[in-house]
Amino acid sequence: MKKRIDEFIEALDHRTGLHTGLRKFLYEEIPQSSGWHQIFGSVALFLIMIQFFTGIMLAFNYAPTPGEAYNSLRYILTEVTAGRVMRGLHHWGASMIIVIVVLHMVQVFIWGAYKKPREGTWVVGVILLLLTFAYGLTGYLLPWDNRAYWGTVVATQIGATVPFAGPYVSRLLASTGDIGVVTFARFYGLHVLLLPPATMLLIGLHVFLVRRHGVAPAPGDEVKPKKSFYPEQVFKDTVAVFVAFAILFTLAIMVRVPLERLADPTDTSYIPRPEWYFLFLFQMLKVFEGPLEVVGTVILPTVAILALVVTPFVDRSKVVKVRQRLLAMGIVVLVGLGWGGMTLAAIKGTPPQTAASSIDFSGPTQWMQLKPAELSGIHYYREENCTACHNVTGTETAKAGPNLLNTARRHDQAWMLLHFKSPQATSPGSAMQPVNLTGPQLNDLAAAMLSLTPDNGDVITTTPAFVADGAAVYQKNFCFACHMVNGVGGKTGPALNGLSGRRTEAWTAEHFANPQKMSPGTSMPPYKLSQIDMQNIVSYLFTLPDK
Amino acid sequence: MPEQMPAVHETFAAENMPRRAFHLAVIYALGALIGIALAIPTILYLLVPPRSRKQSGWVDAGDISQLTPGTPVEMSFQQSRVDGWRVLTEKRTAWVVKGADSKIVAFGPQCTHLGCAYHWDEGSKEFACPCHASFFSIHGQVLAGPAPRPLDRYVTRVQDNRLQIGPLKNSAESNG
Repeated sequence: MKKRIDEFIEALDHRTGLHTGLRKFLYEEIPQSSGWHQIFGSVALFLIMIQFFTGIMLAFNYAPTPGEAYNSLRYILTEVTAGRVMRGLHHWGASMIIVIVVLHMVQVFIWGAYKKPREGTWVVGVILLLLTFAYGLTGYLLPWDNRAYWGTVVATQIGATVPFAGPYVSRLLASTGDIGVVTFARFYGLHVLLLPPATMLLIGLHVFLVRRHGVAPAPGDEVKPKKSFYPEQVFKDTVAVFVAFAILFTLAIMVRVPLERLADPTDTSYIPRPEWYFLFLFQMLKVFEGPLEVVGTVILPTVAILALVVTPFVDRSKVVKVRQRLLAMGIVVLVGLGWGGMTLAAIKGTPPQTAASSIDFSGPTQWMQLKPAELSGIHYYREENCTACHNVTGTETAKAGPNLLNTARRHDQAWMLLHFKSPQATSPGSAMQPVNLTGPQLNDLAAAMLSLTPDNGDVITTTPAFVADGAAVYQKNFCFACHMVNGVGGKTGPALNGLSGRRTEAWTAEHFANPQKMSPGTSMPPYKLSQIDMQNIVSYLFTLPDK
Repeated sequence: MPEQMPAVHETFAAENMPRRAFHLAVIYALGALIGIALAIPTILYLLVPPRSRKQSGWVDAGDISQLTPGTPVEMSFQQSRVDGWRVLTEKRTAWVVKGADSKIVAFGPQCTHLGCAYHWDEGSKEFACPCHASFFSIHGQVLAGPAPRPLDRYVTRVQDNRLQIGPLKNSAESNG
């Protein structure tokens, strides 16, 4: 058998050169000093392959037009089996590539491995770094949620401020007016059609150059015997790749990548934030204001890129031991501190997103369809700690009381009210304590129970706290007497669905306190709400579906 | 084929045989682990059908009090269908037959051979498919032609003389 296999391999090799080629590749000679510090290139290559793979997988279930993009991504996250893992791998993989590519560059820089004759390898590497950022920038828009939309608005506006080239950049990205379908098509085209082949070509060139010049030796390597790339260095690379993959896989499974609400160009309350690795650029714009803005948007980034490109041509000194490269280390530490400080300042300086815009729409959102009374009932359900004795979804472990999804559907409002007041009157032998709430509150609780269906049974757990609490404030103040929400309420005042498209949260809060000032002639009385009540009711009203 | 290997590797291999074996084992083991960890979600992603959303069950197809036994009528109705991330509401049709015992049967409008639309031939009292000459009886049984199985039937129920239509069942899966 062994002989047969050997014969087959030899015959195949004779015709294709596969085996010889692979051996030549693997048994490459590397300097004696090679080791753990040179693993980053392999890890980066592995991660980019993961990105290609998961990107193709996502494309199998993704529709690249605005609106459909959002819906199809939601479909991937909520319905497609393992869709959340695929998206998680792609999302976290993107961030990890940035980390690894930068570490790769730092290693080469500190060791001085870019020196003659390896200048070309370094320059190709710099271009690859820029391409990596381009992936991040273009991929950011593709979910087409509020985060994607507003992040891209900011990014393209920065691009537009570039002197001379700005208008042309805008036109190329189709972002001169609003971010729209054409912008989306350009970003998608760049992300999946232009960047991947460009990356592949440049990676090919990069690896070819590394092979052509050999792995950069350290001083003293010339007198030591060479090592073989395989298996010792491959072993180190594999271990590193595995560690990176384990981290990535854990992130993809454990950390949910949120999907915010569908991109809303009228949402003026949204605070755009770029991806973490662009935060320092974002922060730079705060430092350079007014006419100096161009320093932050164009001049400094250009200088930084040029500095990287010319590094091997400026530093023509002889290769020295890594311990003697104090200047290089100093530069890395300084740049690292600068970058870290800027990023930290940007994180600290970003105001927290309002509650309504932080809802994760990739989770269950049936609660959005509930009426205010039902949501208010959920508030009391939680306040009275009904969960201590009752289940709703039927998937949890059994508790003392019956599963409410099954019982609530068999009874009506009147039965429930009586049951809440004196449980034993309706259910002899029940161990339940009377619910100590007012009449209207009990009405809401009963409404919540009657709203439970097998399809939305988890609203009891998935409704965000501020929504249930806000709805309780809404009910307590009889807002429904004049306003319509999700089809119930009075018609004296305007219907509140779609409020988020018409007003800002600040306006609404101010309107509660002083209606006459905000809309003169209104018959709405002023409301003195506590700060937390105000926050909850305003945030709740801003989650209402548009209808 | 050690004789093809450059000399350095020969010495390398000879000096560090256990080390080399360890390295190789780790490379293969970790590589296999990564492969498996990627293959499992990929297979689930590509091959396991998506969690389906709850469909609205019954659709009203119309009044059936006027049907005469033995004369199939093509009735149309709006049925919604989940298509990936979309829910489409489409016009569908069914050939509705009232049996002698007043039992109602609704056949799917496509021939079980290759999905052509068939029609009721009043003369021969058969369902006839124009594409490849399949013929079905009024009970949906294959009488002639290449059709592999009887006509598919919708799940139906009748309320107040109105026909309500549920999902279409493949006749091979329901009862041959």
